[in-house]
Amino acid sequence: MSPRQPIQLSRRQVMRGLLATTAFGAAVKLSGCSPNNTEGTTTSADGADGGEVVVGFVYVGPKDDFGYNQAHAEGAQAMAAVPGIKIIEEASVPETSAVLETMRSMIEIDGASVIFPTSFGYFDPYMLELAAEFPEVQFFHAGGLYEEGVHPDNVGSYFGYIDEAQYVAGIVAGHTSETGKLGFVAAIPIPQVLRNINSFTLGAKSINPDITTQVVFTGGWAEPVKEAEAVNSMADQGIDIVTCHVDSPKVVMETAEKRGLYSVGYHANQAPLAPEGYLTGAEWDWVSIYTFLGEQFVAGKSVMAGDIDHVFRGGLSEKFCKLSPYGPAVSDEAKADAEAARTALEKGELVIYNGELKDNKGAVVLAAEEKYEQQNIELEKMDWLIEGVQGSTGS
Amino acid sequence: MPETKVFPPTLPPALPPRKREPLAWRRPLEAVLLPTAALVVALIIFGGFCALAGANPLGVYGSIYKAAFGSWSAWQNTLIRAAPLMLTALCTALPARLGLVIIGNEGALVMGGLGAMLVGLNLGTAVPPVVAQLAMAGAGMAAGGLWIMLAGALRHYRGVNETISSLLLNYIAIAFLKHLVEGPLRDNSFVTKASSAELNPANWLGVLPGTRIHFGLLYGLVVCVLAYFLIQRTTFGFATRTTGGNIRAAKIAGLPVGKLTLAICFLGGSAAGLAGMVEVAAVQKRVNESLVSNYGYAGILVAFVSRHNPLATVLVAMLLGGILASGGILQRSHNLPDATVLVFQGIVFLCVLFSDSLYGKLPWFQEKMIDE
Repeated sequence: MSPRQPIQLSRRQVMRGLLATTAFGAAVKLSGCSPNNTEGTTTSADGADGGEVVVGFVYVGPKDDFGYNQAHAEGAQAMAAVPGIKIIEEASVPETSAVLETMRSMIEIDGASVIFPTSFGYFDPYMLELAAEFPEVQFFHAGGLYEEGVHPDNVGSYFGYIDEAQYVAGIVAGHTSETGKLGFVAAIPIPQVLRNINSFTLGAKSINPDITTQVVFTGGWAEPVKEAEAVNSMADQGIDIVTCHVDSPKVVMETAEKRGLYSVGYHANQAPLAPEGYLTGAEWDWVSIYTFLGEQFVAGKSVMAGDIDHVFRGGLSEKFCKLSPYGPAVSDEAKADAEAARTALEKGELVIYNGELKDNKGAVVLAAEEKYEQQNIELEKMDWLIEGVQGSTGS
Repeated sequence: MPETKVFPPTLPPALPPRKREPLAWRRPLEAVLLPTAALVVALIIFGGFCALAGANPLGVYGSIYKAAFGSWSAWQNTLIRAAPLMLTALCTALPARLGLVIIGNEGALVMGGLGAMLVGLNLGTAVPPVVAQLAMAGAGMAAGGLWIMLAGALRHYRGVNETISSLLLNYIAIAFLKHLVEGPLRDNSFVTKASSAELNPANWLGVLPGTRIHFGLLYGLVVCVLAYFLIQRTTFGFATRTTGGNIRAAKIAGLPVGKLTLAICFLGGSAAGLAGMVEVAAVQKRVNESLVSNYGYAGILVAFVSRHNPLATVLVAMLLGGILASGGILQRSHNLPDATVLVFQGIVFLCVLFSDSLYGKLPWFQEKMIDE
């Protein structure tokens, strides 16, 4: 082989490479991966000047997932509108040491004085570790169980009783179902998920006591293939309404629409994905709590000084959650019952967990005359499925 | 007697004038310059991408540097992310020297984490922490090693394609992990997510003094150096490389190809298993599905880009760690979407892999023979 052999690249190969590169760039540009310009206002200022409070938001998935992360990102935008607040955001951060580094870098490089790690799994050990290391930074977690004396002072927790909205949605489902069989695609059997399944079922049973809810656990927060399989098998079993608790309900809603099922949404409004079958949905409403907290930060208040509560919880009346507008398939009768239940829940006249209740193995979980008000900590430790639910928590 | 004419002894034909070996500096320079040039090209392409997405490329470069290598804190961020990649990369790099393409890194990491945790939970405080940690590391390595050895055994004894089998073993390992943490191993008092019980704090793997980097980095560096010596400087390594070069020749030469296959698969898997042990003992302290966070798959990339050289693995892992560390700042300071860092990673690796094909083809890097 001659040492003077030139590079073996023909002109054709070079052209092909250049074309492929260009096509790749164009595809990325056109496929909607470009930054969302409506969010451009939040990061335009370079560095925090003077009085600005820098607030960091961390999401476990993309900000436009039609689900959990989108609901938080919408709330964050509302906080950004509070004068004196600058938000910084990082999406698709896994629940590993990566989130530690993300939060640290927000504090050290961007000067964040408040951090909102929004995924459940960020709480223990990551957020707790960092909260101990940075006692002057406030950490607010969605859903974490703050325990006074156990957790650092600079930790706060907020969460909504979204199962109130699930209960109302269950009433709509109970009215609309013709087969008396509901389907629930769930991610992982943790208390928040089980509580939603149970409240949804209780709402439906308040209309039709014989109704059943078939639960399928996919084993992960984002398992689109399994979610679609679950909906398809539910359709084959004669289930006519499906709902879900996964990070992004997109696949469940689209599959249900394709199979001609009714659907009940979760996290955010998915009506655009299922215009025919969408009944209603239990949505988070982080706008009011985030706006409120933003105003507190600007006023110089903090959770460690005791000016801000450690725990925020609320349901429909406190505007932590809301219902999607009713879809075309919802009857007037169903709307009337749903609105009545919503009003009763808002006024505190209706308690969802009202004894006697049995789990789906026949054991009494709540004795007659006993009630679990929404604030009851037992509800945040739920590990059972209510009678009428077909499925198992697997433990 | 006829006079014998004495001829002078015939001399062999005169040798051509000796060629002096020139100073061999061009080859090493090639090994440094080519990847560097590839990086520069990647940065230029990525700059174009950023410009398309509406960000100032120069500002982006500055931020990447600042977030990945700009300060001691940034370096620590990079090294923390690089540590597991050094170990998982070996799971592909070592078997590759024997000609196997193993991509079961994720599964080996999961099995290693599980094995280490089972031992750690059972030992508790019964033994001194150092012993417990060593036992956990041993269990993690054994679990990960045996897992990949399965793929090696299937390859050698049954002729099953090792790439496919090791890939499928990933899914089995992940399903097994989920089964255990949602069932037998589950700690019901921990409600955030289905997890095992917490490892006793005495057995946690600490951080290197004066840093926030856990000991996993040290493990990674030591194991990579050991792997380099094993492959380049030992009989075993020579036999492995020979088999990788030509398996028939190796068999004819009497090399125990079967044993070599099993051994190298075990070693590769045990490196990934050790990464799993580090992840549970230093970072997560419990076993749950967060153990599956793509360190294994990223390790495959690292192995291929480093051309399966264990020392180069260290550098490539640091490069990837730096890229991942800068992912956040791209979102926060430049308002680029969260997938941007993946685009950057993809461009860098494509460029480096392409530069690979240029080795020995650029005339300037050829050693010239000098006539005397």
